[in-house]
Amino acid sequence: MSTTTTATTTTKLWGGGRSPFNVEYGKLMMWYFLMSDALTFGAFLISYGTIRFSTNGWPDPNKVFKSYPFAAEGVNAPLVFVSIMTFILIISSVTMVLAVQAGKDMKKKAVAINLILTIIGGLAFLSCQAWEWNHLHNEGAWWGMNPFPNADGTASSTNFTNYFFTITGFHGFHVFSGVIINIIMLIMTLTDQFEKRGHYLMIEKAGLYWHFVDLVWVFVFTCFYLI
Amino acid sequence: MSHTAIHEDHSAEVKKEVVRVTIILSVLTIIELALGFFMMGIDAPGTRLLIKGIIVILMLSKAFYIVAYFMHLKHEVRNLIMTICVPLCLFFWFITAFLYDGNSFRNLRNTYDPHYKEQSTIKVEKKELKHEEKKEEAPVDTQRRTD
Repeated sequence: MSTTTTATTTTKLWGGGRSPFNVEYGKLMMWYFLMSDALTFGAFLISYGTIRFSTNGWPDPNKVFKSYPFAAEGVNAPLVFVSIMTFILIISSVTMVLAVQAGKDMKKKAVAINLILTIIGGLAFLSCQAWEWNHLHNEGAWWGMNPFPNADGTASSTNFTNYFFTITGFHGFHVFSGVIINIIMLIMTLTDQFEKRGHYLMIEKAGLYWHFVDLVWVFVFTCFYLI
Repeated sequence: MSHTAIHEDHSAEVKKEVVRVTIILSVLTIIELALGFFMMGIDAPGTRLLIKGIIVILMLSKAFYIVAYFMHLKHEVRNLIMTICVPLCLFFWFITAFLYDGNSFRNLRNTYDPHYKEQSTIKVEKKELKHEEKKEEAPVDTQRRTD
């Protein structure tokens, strides 16, 4: 029985007149865009890994990222601030899922509330990152400048900071554009554009992008802060 | 009327799934962080490598939950899943090849470039010399590049 149903749906899917992927054009293209973006981030992270594997020493992330806002000078709290950043991004991803679901249910108010929460989460993440960049810059770290010695006490090259600022910067730029997209979605929701169209499909595409940003952070967080 | 009832039902189901996935993601993150803290006190390279391997597996499972449930890919048509996932299998080869290459480059330099090897064993002075250290670093780096 189940095989026959699959067979009929397959013929229907490839019978023409509709997308064989069973999604609308924009969503499919968003998926393709995200796939290419995944390759870009993958290239960055693999390049980072290659350089790290090809050098004898590397700075210890726990000695580099050990402070948080309003902390006393010389505080030693590794992983604390970055775990807050990670949770902010996960929670903002959850509110985005809820916004997409509310859009499917045609609940305008719920969509708006969840989008606002997502935007707040995104801005909070960006503020955290701005603080961290500023803090590291004050310690003398920037592109081409690395004050942190390797974990074994030997002199380090600038590879560590170059990769850190390039990759988190690229990710931060994605978060920034995600926030802009979400703000546009919020304006369109509040001005009833989606109600007039009769569907909130655009929110789904913005949601895909936002989840991708969260997904990339999972990898960046692990590669730079944990291992 | 019955249509709305089914719709409401589906919506509640989705919300339940979202809560479940959120809890899973949080727990995985907490385990990752706990392993990260645990790793700070360990010096044995073998054990560190093992913990790093576990962290990478946890990272991949987090990625799976985000893509499958938040991005809804698990509930899409098989064609779409394959179109997205199959090209990304290239990463298996990319990661293996490039990391192997990086490692091989390090071994070659350590074997055939005594100057590089010697440079990478010189300890730098601690914090007091922070500013001088910064100035010194630039020439060291250019030297390395010309090698």
